Amino acid sequence: MASEIVVPLRSDADVLLARQKARTLAQPLRFSTSELTLIATAISEIARNILTYAGNGTVVLRLAQRGKTRGLTVVARDQGPGIADLNRAMEDGFSTSGGLGLGLPGSKRLMDEFDIVSAPGEGTTITMTKWER
Amino acid sequence: MRASILKQGHILIASVQGSMSDADLTQLREQLLHGVRRHRSTGVIVDVTLIDVMDSFAARTLRGISQVVKLLGAQVVIVGIQPDVAFAMVQLGLTLEGTTTALDLEDGLAVLQEQLAEGPAADGQ
Repeated sequence: MASEIVVPLRSDADVLLARQKARTLAQPLRFSTSELTLIATAISEIARNILTYAGNGTVVLRLAQRGKTRGLTVVARDQGPGIADLNRAMEDGFSTSGGLGLGLPGSKRLMDEFDIVSAPGEGTTITMTKWER
Repeated sequence: MRASILKQGHILIASVQGSMSDADLTQLREQLLHGVRRHRSTGVIVDVTLIDVMDSFAARTLRGISQVVKLLGAQVVIVGIQPDVAFAMVQLGLTLEGTTTALDLEDGLAVLQEQLAEGPAADGQ
């Protein structure tokens, strides 16, 4: 079976699709329904951020392995305006769009690993992973 | 349309049918506002039992629905948030501040009947 799924993000229907694909891909892993919900929620937040700030982008879902531990990695990429102040963007309640400002810091809490690379004018790439317990 | 709205006496019951897109949620808000005015409803129940993910947009929209409906003079109860969804919401940092929640439809109806029995003036809000 495919170990990587690419979901182009153009509209909010694609956010639902990315969530569903993640659940499908993670099925063979030993995630609880609670953990699957955490992953789906993080994907939803990050994908929605892309639509809000960049207009479009992609979400790549892939199975990860570290020693005997398996996991699911989500790479969300856009070519949008980028984030000027990453530290502030990772603060709870900071938003430049009138949102709740929970997308980035909240998603970091939902996943085990969270990495963000962004610069003004160069888009944003977020890589986040959840490992099996 | 991803939500069905049922009228039961003075109460409107909106059952959300699974994964809601942003457009579906916004449409639900419009339908409920319209419904409350047309039917002179005093209470609204939004049943989210089938929602598998509550992200910040969905939570903000639900909170918005609750606030706007309250301004029209009706009470709102959100029912059926699943335990896994509730857990993810807390991790994310989401609250549904200012909204009343109940375990399920039955409890939601009981909450509304209690509130309506006390009357809007007794509530003080």
